[in-house]
Amino acid sequence: MKWKVPSWGLLVILLAAGAVLQLAIHLEVINAYWALVVTYMCIAVISSLGLGIIYGFSGQFALGHAAFMGLGAYTAALITRYMGVAPWTFAIALVGGALLAGGVAWLVGLPILRLRSDYLGIATLGFGIIVRVLFENSDKVIPVTAGARGMTGIEQPDFVFLWAFLLLLGAIIVARNLRFSSPGRALLSIREDETAANLMGVDVVRYKTIAFVLGCSYAGLAGGLYAHTFLFLHPSNFDFIKSFDPLLIVVLGGLGSITGTVVAGTAWVAVLEGLRLVLPGEVLEWRYVIYPVLLIAMMLTRPQGLFGTSEAAILRPREAEAPAAPALATEVTADGTHP
Amino acid sequence: MTYVLQQLLNGIQLGFVYALIALGYTMVYGIVRLINFAHGDVFMVGAFVGYFTLRALARVTLAGASWLNGILLFLLAMLAAMAACTLLNVTIERIAYKPLRNAPRIAALITAIGVSLFLEYFSSLKFVFGPNYITFPSPLPAQTWEVAGLRISAIQVLIAVVATLLLLGLNYIIRYTKIGKAMRATAFDRDAARLMGINVDLTISFTFGLGAALAGAGGVLYVSAYPRVHTFMGIIPGLKAFTAAVMGGIGSLPGAFVGALIMGVAEVTAKSLYSTMADGVAFLILILVLLVKPSGIFGRAEVEKV
Amino acid sequence: MRTIRVLSVLVIIATLLPLAGCAGGGGSKTLKIGVIAPMTGDVKTFGESTRNGVQMAVEEWNANGGLLGKQIEIVLGDDKNDAAEATAAATKLIQQDKVKFIVGSVASKCSIPISDVANKNKVVMISPTSTNPKVTVADGVLKPFVFRACFIDPPQGAAMAKFATENLGIKTAAVFYDNGNDYVKGLAEFFKASFEARGGKVTVYEAYAQTDTDFTALLTKVMAEPPDMLYIPDYYNMVNLVNQQARAAGFKGILAGGDGWDSSDLDFQAADGGYFTNHYAADDPRAEVQNWVARYKAKYGTVPDALATLGYDAANLLLNAIKTANSEDPVKVKDALAATAGFPTVSGTISFDENHNPINKDVVILQVKEGKFVHVATLKPE
Repeated sequence: MKWKVPSWGLLVILLAAGAVLQLAIHLEVINAYWALVVTYMCIAVISSLGLGIIYGFSGQFALGHAAFMGLGAYTAALITRYMGVAPWTFAIALVGGALLAGGVAWLVGLPILRLRSDYLGIATLGFGIIVRVLFENSDKVIPVTAGARGMTGIEQPDFVFLWAFLLLLGAIIVARNLRFSSPGRALLSIREDETAANLMGVDVVRYKTIAFVLGCSYAGLAGGLYAHTFLFLHPSNFDFIKSFDPLLIVVLGGLGSITGTVVAGTAWVAVLEGLRLVLPGEVLEWRYVIYPVLLIAMMLTRPQGLFGTSEAAILRPREAEAPAAPALATEVTADGTHP
Repeated sequence: MTYVLQQLLNGIQLGFVYALIALGYTMVYGIVRLINFAHGDVFMVGAFVGYFTLRALARVTLAGASWLNGILLFLLAMLAAMAACTLLNVTIERIAYKPLRNAPRIAALITAIGVSLFLEYFSSLKFVFGPNYITFPSPLPAQTWEVAGLRISAIQVLIAVVATLLLLGLNYIIRYTKIGKAMRATAFDRDAARLMGINVDLTISFTFGLGAALAGAGGVLYVSAYPRVHTFMGIIPGLKAFTAAVMGGIGSLPGAFVGALIMGVAEVTAKSLYSTMADGVAFLILILVLLVKPSGIFGRAEVEKV
Repeated sequence: MRTIRVLSVLVIIATLLPLAGCAGGGGSKTLKIGVIAPMTGDVKTFGESTRNGVQMAVEEWNANGGLLGKQIEIVLGDDKNDAAEATAAATKLIQQDKVKFIVGSVASKCSIPISDVANKNKVVMISPTSTNPKVTVADGVLKPFVFRACFIDPPQGAAMAKFATENLGIKTAAVFYDNGNDYVKGLAEFFKASFEARGGKVTVYEAYAQTDTDFTALLTKVMAEPPDMLYIPDYYNMVNLVNQQARAAGFKGILAGGDGWDSSDLDFQAADGGYFTNHYAADDPRAEVQNWVARYKAKYGTVPDALATLGYDAANLLLNAIKTANSEDPVKVKDALAATAGFPTVSGTISFDENHNPINKDVVILQVKEGKFVHVATLKPE
């Protein structure tokens, strides 16, 4: 796979914007609440991009994403708890969380990815519940996680937002390169028709595993950031219900569209927090009534998601780079098929 | 030995209630290939309607003997719940799922999640059901009988009898009535069914209604045994029933029933051995079953059409 | 492509919308008190009770001329009984609404993250009901700005063990407790230790999760060797489930519990004849109790539950400390709050210990009898 950055110019601008935003947060020009909101946006998008690789690209209907996020979160939190939150230890913690989530995904994926469609969905959902139960009972092995009472004592590293933002950019670049590379096309072919892909010589098992492990590592990475943003971990934060959140984001943005995932993930956090700000105290309880209504309305008006399968121009390959890629996922196939 | 059998009985009690929910899941899945995540919340509405009916009838006496009176009132509450759930689910289908019938399948799944969240949060507003934990009044006296060393409670008998009757009724509808035949035909091949003159829309609505009626009855039975009515009570039983349906082979009616019994017994067994790990064990069994039989116990191995 | 562009613009607008809410705030003519409670989600009912309790306290202070010459205003935040939402709500209240005092939240899993945010921003926080020790103390270090209004030290468990063995002649007991709740767990542990020290035998000691509804498996285990007493020191909603199933399973012994039973929503029929420990008796003639119950009933139509009562007490403790400090400076207010001694509240007379927990007082034993709570005994802490 050839590594390409879509546009160096844009990347530099984005990097500068991230640095300026972090500086503004540091100098408290932007208050801690907005810092929390934008950091959470980055985390939600990274995690959703992971599910986008698993479900959007390769069509594997996985419903255990929150569990992998939890594995990453607990791992990273345990690492910084013993090693501190200097930049390099924080980096080790994040990598450790992502690696552990990816490793568990590999072990679980070996048997479980043989299942198809909804059976895979329910098996991964079941796995998610098993992981939550293990978190709840984890204090018997690692007392510091405090099991069902929630893990405390996580310290906040400096510049969390910048970390999240840079990792988000990296996550987008990796996903984008994967999407328009030869393995990426193999994944899309599995999504469109697994049998045909197999007949065409695509190593279906291998590519499904790659997508699952990579996607779950994204979740683990997001989990590490989550742990060091919210500083408190409770098993209920990684319950199966939470696995629906990245699923909603990926589908709302448009299955397989990186652009869609980024936009939908950002908008999702903005709507939930926006309702908190807009609704006065007397009707605050309507927050989670309005949200599902928006969700249903959105799905009814645009069942293929915001962006369908299309990408923003900046993420599409230029002519010379990958001539055959965009034709593969046409609107028709993406609309008509289900993993 | 008696202890093991006693626990088995507890598991079967739970399994019967799961079966009533699981059948709704599996019928809807069989006919429109939709995991209706809102089904557990329809079950919750059933429990509430049953509760409100019983409360409204609190001063009514239908029979002289108190236990007979209790059973009659209970049956009335259950019928009210079944009717209300049928109406609710048919409405939900018309508004939220029907427009998406030709859209990607995932779109309807997302609206199902939306409907589920809406039912949970909307019904916990004060002017709907309210957020309180409500204790469901026991329909029968706390009577137990000793049979060959086993302790059998009145509630267990009630659940077994009512659930069995409902399941037999369902079996009759699906096997021997015209609409049942239409349901099977639509599930088998929707387009062919339409060509044969079957009103597919009506059949689908009927399926949603029938599934909801069972869920409504299940809701009232569930809170008779585990007497806490609450707007979020449907999530976990709904999930477990759905899991049971998948384990049995989703789309298969006997599969849903067997899966539900396995689920109930597995959960109770796990709980009696190591109570805080029960959910984990139940789902571990699910995964193991799926690894051995990837389409569930009674599921046909799906050949994907090329 | 056109639709996509239009939609993108819409999404961007939706994203920027909350920024519009940024403006406002500024110099306040009112004294703002933040209240964080689960206003949505599975324990919304607890959130509403807590909010009602705080609201009653604030209305009473306002009717008496307010505080520091200002009217008190409640700014409500929703935590949905979710730790991440709690962090966001607390940060929003502190940063956007410039709140300097917070009452909240209900569950420990929400109060812990809130306490960290509050303490870091030097905002005084008092949790009405969160019992996890980590709310006020982290890794052995006190969070100076954080307090709680509920009792944490569980002599209730020991008191019930003493009452059961000495007054009721109980020899065997089974205990169920919620694995995720330090308070319930603490009560269960203290009961077990004390009961065994007095020669009793605990036949079954089992944990459950908060989401459990089916207790038949555990009860069958209990009934293999029926004990004299079943001790369930949880909140009424859980207790109702267990009690009714216990009776259906043929349990004929005595049911017992802790102050979580104190609710008008307790299933009086199933719990009939049972005993529980409490901080006060509703038929307690003390003026604080009688006034409170009457006023709450007049306004909300029900007898206040423990959450409303503790919400009311927490708000009064906080507002009184602001009055004593005669300042809106959180540093002075937290010192005044820490120095609180012998402050009469509905749930008892409160003084704080060095970990900002109320020091426990007498334990009252009540019996559930024919739809009422009857005062049976008062035990001194040992």
